[in-house]
Amino acid sequence: MITAQHLTKKYGGNIVLNIENLEIPKGQSFGLVGNNGAGKTTFFSLLLDLIQPTTGHIINNEVQVDASEAWKPFTASFIDETFLIGYLTPEEYFYFIGELRGQNKADVNALLTNFEDFFHGEILGQKKYLRDLSKGNQKKSGIVASFIGNPEVVILDEPFANLDPTTQIRLKGIIKDLAAQQEVTVLVSSHDLLHVTDVCERIVVLNKGEVVKDIQTSTETLKELETFFGG
Amino acid sequence: MFKHFATLQWKSFFRSASLGKSLSIKILMVFFGLYMLGTMLTLGVALFFALREAVPDTDPLLLVSRYLIYWVLIELVLRYFMQKLPVMDVKPMLTIPIAKNRITHYILGRSGVSIYNLFDLVFFIPFAIVLLAQDYPFMNVIGWFFAMIGLVLTINYINFLINKSDKALLIMLGLVIALFGLDYFEIYPVRELAGKLFYGLYENPFLALLPVLLAVGTYYLNYSFLRKTLFLDASLERKTKEAETADLSWTKRFGDIAPFLQLDLKLIWRNKRTKAQVFISLAMILYGLVFYTIEDFGMNSVMLVLIGILMTGIFLMNFGQFIPAWDSAYYSMMMSQNIPLRKYLEAKVGLIAVSVAVMFLLSIPYVYFGWEALLINLGAALYNLGINIPVILFFGSMNKKRIDLTKSAIGNMQGTGAAQFLVGIPLFGAPMIIYSALLFLVSFEVAIGTLALLGILGFVFRKPILDRITAVYRRRKYGMIAGFKEKNG
Repeated sequence: MITAQHLTKKYGGNIVLNIENLEIPKGQSFGLVGNNGAGKTTFFSLLLDLIQPTTGHIINNEVQVDASEAWKPFTASFIDETFLIGYLTPEEYFYFIGELRGQNKADVNALLTNFEDFFHGEILGQKKYLRDLSKGNQKKSGIVASFIGNPEVVILDEPFANLDPTTQIRLKGIIKDLAAQQEVTVLVSSHDLLHVTDVCERIVVLNKGEVVKDIQTSTETLKELETFFGG
Repeated sequence: MFKHFATLQWKSFFRSASLGKSLSIKILMVFFGLYMLGTMLTLGVALFFALREAVPDTDPLLLVSRYLIYWVLIELVLRYFMQKLPVMDVKPMLTIPIAKNRITHYILGRSGVSIYNLFDLVFFIPFAIVLLAQDYPFMNVIGWFFAMIGLVLTINYINFLINKSDKALLIMLGLVIALFGLDYFEIYPVRELAGKLFYGLYENPFLALLPVLLAVGTYYLNYSFLRKTLFLDASLERKTKEAETADLSWTKRFGDIAPFLQLDLKLIWRNKRTKAQVFISLAMILYGLVFYTIEDFGMNSVMLVLIGILMTGIFLMNFGQFIPAWDSAYYSMMMSQNIPLRKYLEAKVGLIAVSVAVMFLLSIPYVYFGWEALLINLGAALYNLGINIPVILFFGSMNKKRIDLTKSAIGNMQGTGAAQFLVGIPLFGAPMIIYSALLFLVSFEVAIGTLALLGILGFVFRKPILDRITAVYRRRKYGMIAGFKEKNG
């Protein structure tokens, strides 16, 4: 589904990302782990064509992302709050995203009913603009918005951060379902080793821009990761 | 301790991301500030002599005193819009070991040395010196001067007390109008009375203590109020308004640009700065009155074409020059979402085109001044539609500065860069040159007809033109995304 080849990103003389070859097959739930500055967000930004690669390229479902816009219809993402439109209410935002992805209000409403638990009654019908919601609720809105329109690739940067424990657990369930049932490729980055080993079939560890570990998740994975980061 | 605060202030100014980058803006702002200071200074020096010249048999100081009441009220109104107590900056201080009393004193003290107070000072100091030079008794002048300083500070602190209360603003505005009305229609001699009151401050230097005490009083009122509310959930929390939703389904008839059109309409209506621009734009339609009523120009003047371009294109300029920076806060989402760039730009074109049409319709009454007025405005509107819309979109691709939509409109230079200054040249310069050359060489009809024709041509070829502009936006996409991410820009 997604292939990165000879991918590097330099700022000045600083190499912040250097991936020789990385392939993510369709339907995989893929976890990206690393300390601050490891290049996780850089990789996602390259994948979304928000920054230009210094060398190499990423191919998303046979579309080279920096050459064509054809990857947009099947790719959805939530990177941070700058993906939200502050002066819209959550509903308006969902409908807006829905329209961009060819879903009418009824389609969007049908999808939203699946997330009533997740929203915990704090998102819909609050008569508040997104800019006035708490960070956690903003994040929930952004994450759910990325599920609208049956995307084949969902990219979530740090989805667990800022969420309360209940929501974290619910989100894990949502991501697992997504990856298991619908042939959706899910890319998640996280600082939380426990969560990421829980939801991802495969975990790649980035360190200073390089892939240092590429693990198929098993019962020992958490231990392995803890030794890596602890040692 | 105060030194710490002062250095923090200093650093926050000189290390702000905008300094150095947008040097042109800084220079412009500095020039504007110097100009204002110069004006106040000149006024301070010259007012005395000007008044003595104009009304020889009355003491100029008495004349000044009569108008001080209006100065106080108008300054309160102006400051209501311009000056805000900088409480948000102290959030990080609350958890470090600094007494809250000190923080409160710091906030209030800092506002005491604000630029608005400086403007007043720059007027009153030279004015007092002139008085002394004119052999007014020393003690009295000094007393009056301190009384004025006291008044300035009182205004300063009253402003914070009434901050954000629309009622207070209406009361003040009402008072200005009512007092002026009473005076103007000679119902009650407000100026006489107020003049005596303020002149009394000069005659009895001891009375000067009153305004000073008033300043101290308002300071402590502010202090006790602020000290009590210096918690995250009280005064430091921004108030949230209840969201209002509107049914914009009528935009559906515009086809696939409808969602963007809806978004733009909400953008304009729900944010202060954009909303203010709608009102400014609508008010601009009156601008033509100034020029049409001056007979010197003649009905085919180049000036009137400039006014026509300005009146029908005011929203085009105000809103268009910051495309796509209006969407800067969420630009990376727009760029990774399923949005063809072309559709995004088409929606902006549609919105601006509608604004040009509306402004033209509003300008139709100018036909009262002659049918040429109608022709000029029609020609200008068509030119705006066909040529200036693509021009402003093209220059928009150079925008790299973030706009924070939650900031207010007045005096807000955020997002302004070199592009905003350059765009004026083709926007106004090109049509003026074309028109005046043809007017001089051929005739009025041909000149205005050519402008209209150019506009129609631009409209006919809008598809290929927009294709080119879209390509430019695509090429500069990465620069824009990076630029819009920088805050404090």
